[in-house]
Amino acid sequence: MTGWLTAQEWGIVLLSLRVSFWATLLSLPVGIAVALLLARGRFRGHGLLNALVHLPLVLPPVVTGYLLLVVFGRRGPVGGWLEAQFDIVLAFRWTGAVLAAAIMAFPLMVRAIRLAVEAVDAGLEEAAATLGAGPVLRFLTVTLPLILPGILAGSVLAFAKAMGEFGATITFVSAIPGQTQTVPSAIYAALQVPDGEAGALRLVLVSVLVALGAVGVSEWLSRRTRKRVAGR
Amino acid sequence: MSLSVDIRHRLGGFTLDARFEAPPGITALFGRSGAGKTSVIRAVAGLLHPDGGRIAVDGEVLTDTETSVHVAVHRRRIGYVFQDARLFPHLSVGQNLAFGRLFGGRIARDEVERLVHLLDLRPLLGRGTADLSGGERSRVALARALMTRPRLLLLDEPLAALDAPRKAEILRYLLRLGEETSVPMLYVTHSVAEVAQIARTLVVLKEGAVQRSGPTAEVLADPAAVPALGVREAGAVLQATLHAHHPADGLSAITVGDVPLLMPEVEEPPGTLVRLRINAADVTLARERPAALSALNVVPVTVLSIRPGEGPGAAVALSLGPERILARVPRRALVALDLAPGLECFAVINATAISRADVSVGALA
Repeated sequence: MTGWLTAQEWGIVLLSLRVSFWATLLSLPVGIAVALLLARGRFRGHGLLNALVHLPLVLPPVVTGYLLLVVFGRRGPVGGWLEAQFDIVLAFRWTGAVLAAAIMAFPLMVRAIRLAVEAVDAGLEEAAATLGAGPVLRFLTVTLPLILPGILAGSVLAFAKAMGEFGATITFVSAIPGQTQTVPSAIYAALQVPDGEAGALRLVLVSVLVALGAVGVSEWLSRRTRKRVAGR
Repeated sequence: MSLSVDIRHRLGGFTLDARFEAPPGITALFGRSGAGKTSVIRAVAGLLHPDGGRIAVDGEVLTDTETSVHVAVHRRRIGYVFQDARLFPHLSVGQNLAFGRLFGGRIARDEVERLVHLLDLRPLLGRGTADLSGGERSRVALARALMTRPRLLLLDEPLAALDAPRKAEILRYLLRLGEETSVPMLYVTHSVAEVAQIARTLVVLKEGAVQRSGPTAEVLADPAAVPALGVREAGAVLQATLHAHHPADGLSAITVGDVPLLMPEVEEPPGTLVRLRINAADVTLARERPAALSALNVVPVTVLSIRPGEGPGAAVALSLGPERILARVPRRALVALDLAPGLECFAVINATAISRADVSVGALA
């Protein structure tokens, strides 16, 4: 199994998987909350929030990475505070790669969940209320089960996006081998040296497999969403 | 258990200004589509916040805009059977029922069994909700609402999607439920036939305002209520006793007080109390007793009151034995026959005009 990748390449793949896993998991609660807010909320600043969420999708990734450095760097307002209060450093650490990947993948996650929320018939929640279920129980027993396939699909997409994140990550945490060098930055680095193409090819193969798997799982989940909302 | 509603609400160009009392038993909320029926019961359920007014059940205030009281929907213990059933698609039929049981008031296990039996749900319990028929969906929705042990049940045209035989079946269920479980109901409908069959009290809504309300038999026999009900649908409901069957020609003999009438056969034993609606347009008046008539029913009546309509027709209230019926006659006939209150004349009722859908078993409330 380990035969076709070198130990160093395995380290890179595992780091990328770890970064993507945490990026997905940590952004999930926020993603669900923001998706609900955007799908159901009627408030001032709705359009602003929507634009903010989509910003990483339209900004050049390098710009996002630079902004992260300004805000979350050790001398940035938030970064400095995090280090002083909790001894948490993000810049040039793998935790910073998690933050960069999470922010870049966030719009994709929110879009998928928001679509699922919008597909839920609000009348079902009204029915649950007349049956005696309060707001929290309604969310847990009706809304959440119905949007679960959307949540899973959004997570898969976010995970795949995080696996491929390059621009913001390399700007914010650089590509320190063994610490912050993820699969995309390793591929880029390998292509910069004369004999690196074979190694790059193997990592490219890993990327393609992860991406194909993610698209497949996401398709399957979205088909299930449609069936589920139709009650089959 | 009684419900008192007095609300005002503006919705787009539509103004709701409804005030009525619903005593125990089944109360029908009648009106055409767009009359505001659904808005009224949504307000009772707490799903709509009225701009102004008060809603109380048995003296307990649920909504009062003056004191800013608005009890949350899930704390009202009011069952709601939606027109589109609204079954949870991710749950089986059995789980849908369990949902009501779980979050609502505690219902006893034998009562659950009784409901499942009464609504014939046993074979459906393990199934998903997607391929249930319209009638099955209505029955599941009804059972689910009753699982919460509501103190009041709201029914929003629960039979709209059903064919006539199913409709009759569920109406019988509802009547039985009303008697056996004593849950008061507010029943939204636009069918006078349904009103006549099950409602003890009738509230007529038109363009957001209550036109008429009171005991069903009284409102239906009131000529002044005819415009609100619609001239084609007007007709009084009266109490009769099954007397005998004539299977040879498919008729049943009934008596209203001591007045005999013939109607299409009703499959119940003689002696059964029935309520039947006689459509006003099916009643013809004659000054002299006509002879050799195909209608079969010629009965002596007394004119009680007359209300000319805006069109060519007039509604005439008549006493028939101890009951009242309505006749819709051309206005010209009022003059030609010299009809006036107190006049004794004859009503001609076609025996075959009384449809099976206009008959239900039981006493008038």
